[in-house]
Amino acid sequence: MKSLNTSVPAEMLASHEGEQKRVQRVRRRSLETTLIFWSFVGPLILGLTVFFYIPILWSLILSFSSARATITPTSFVGLENYRAMLNDPEFIKSLVTFTIFAAFIVPTTFACALGLALLVTSVKLAQGFFRSVFFLPTACSYVLASVIWKMSFFNGSSYGLANTVRHSFGLDPISWISSANPPWFWLVLVTVRLWLQLGIYMIIFIAGLQEIPRELYEASLVDGAKRGWQTFRYITFPLLRNASISVLLLNVIAAFQAFDEFFNIMSGGNQILARPPLVYLYNIALNDQNYGYGSAGAIILTLIILIFTLFQGRFLGFGRSE
Amino acid sequence: MARSVSRPTQSQPTPGPSAWAIISTVLCYVLLIILTLLFLAPFYLIIRNGLASESEITSSNWTFFPSTLHFENIQELFKDTEVPFLDGMINSTIIAVLQTIGQILVSALAGYGLARIPYRRANQVFFAILVTLMIPSAVIFVPTYVIVSYLGWVSTLQGLVVPGIFSGFTTFLFRQFFLGFPRELEEAGRVDGLGYWGVFWRVVVPNSYGIIAALSVITFIASWNAFLWPLVVGQDASAWTVQVVLSNFLNAQVLNLHELFIGSAIAILPLVIVFFFLQRYIVEGYKQSGLKG
Repeated sequence: MKSLNTSVPAEMLASHEGEQKRVQRVRRRSLETTLIFWSFVGPLILGLTVFFYIPILWSLILSFSSARATITPTSFVGLENYRAMLNDPEFIKSLVTFTIFAAFIVPTTFACALGLALLVTSVKLAQGFFRSVFFLPTACSYVLASVIWKMSFFNGSSYGLANTVRHSFGLDPISWISSANPPWFWLVLVTVRLWLQLGIYMIIFIAGLQEIPRELYEASLVDGAKRGWQTFRYITFPLLRNASISVLLLNVIAAFQAFDEFFNIMSGGNQILARPPLVYLYNIALNDQNYGYGSAGAIILTLIILIFTLFQGRFLGFGRSE
Repeated sequence: MARSVSRPTQSQPTPGPSAWAIISTVLCYVLLIILTLLFLAPFYLIIRNGLASESEITSSNWTFFPSTLHFENIQELFKDTEVPFLDGMINSTIIAVLQTIGQILVSALAGYGLARIPYRRANQVFFAILVTLMIPSAVIFVPTYVIVSYLGWVSTLQGLVVPGIFSGFTTFLFRQFFLGFPRELEEAGRVDGLGYWGVFWRVVVPNSYGIIAALSVITFIASWNAFLWPLVVGQDASAWTVQVVLSNFLNAQVLNLHELFIGSAIAILPLVIVFFFLQRYIVEGYKQSGLKG
């Protein structure tokens, strides 16, 4: 009896203790997991907080404030900065400049990159050599390319290469960059970006081409398709859908961020001819030191690119397969 | 595939390459060679102008190559007190190296944590990182500049390097790679008594040199070539990277073309070297990442 009396609570106690220990162990283990997780991911999250989340929040506050030559908000002005920015003819003009630029650069990059990829993969001899040549410019910076394009290729003086070539045909030199009508500067700006970027997009297309199964071409030939246009139209191009979409999207987003070549090639008096959004924001924030206004501009551009990203995700069904 | 080979009749396939096939192959090569010359022309212009005298560059009679190569242009450039070219090269080297090491380290760690450590809120954390992918860092350069100037980091090394270390994109690529990493290898390490840190450093990293090299190379190139952020933060001439030095030189009132071009040639040299030795990794890196913004 006595033993029973004592043993039952003892047993219960023991099992209770065991339960507590198990809970403790689980809790300790989950605490341990939490700590280890943050020791891996913590540095990144800390950095993103300081250099991504806080800046955006701070700019949001600044954009509702007047802040000239100071980064602390001086007085609350509500939506005034936004109203002014959206009515600012220079800002609207910069968005138009981006649109024109995208209208030039996106289709040409797409067509040329696809053409290069097809051309390079269609030959057997020295394929690697040609691929390297077209890829080499991707190692160059926009500043460096701007130096070559502005000072040598499209130099407005008679000693520029393009004008030398014109001279050999008996034509007069053209001031490629400062001429507003016809707007030759677009030729300069588009070709410089083509030279720098085509290699990357070509690589994306080549990777896409290599994923197309050989048997499809063989089957189509058996079915009587002609080599060349027909196989391209009905096999190659449809199966390059993913590569095509990523080339287009990356291209638009990159064009939206255009800064380096516009800043360097169109510097000086020519900036009025073509000033994309980021160059305009640079002038507001760094030259005028109007951080409230500049922040409003940055928030507007962020919203534009956010809407674009979300819209294309919906529209093209990205991530639906995952 | 680019060849358009049309055969008059399909019923009689001719054995061996037809005349059309040969002509189209020849046309392909002709086109490729013309394009090669076009793509290499800018490099030719850099070297030609960099090794010419000023009067040869600005002469209206085009000379294909300078009659005597003016290697003294190099000395002249480095001695030119108006252009902090050597400082720019040193700054660029330090920044690119630190940023590459920092970004790869931070991203690989975070990518592994997200891929493998069963933390309750890992999904929320991953979502917070994905949000940063939607907004390119160039678009928010004004906000980032505001915080960096609040920290007093304008024209400092840390201001140039640190904000570029934290990349949601590189982290995302590492996470994707580590998700596909063979678990058996990690479990073998765990059996040997290693924790997450031990497994990461002794098992995972030594088996991930391919992706580490690929992402390092493209991070280094992007960092060396970066312009907007170094321009915004490196305001004192002492903090200019080589790109900012060249840009200032390009837009200077007094032009000095032979120095500008030899400077450009020297500024691209490290990348050409990287390119020739590590092209395989660069291609791999771009294939994985599409394009690093």
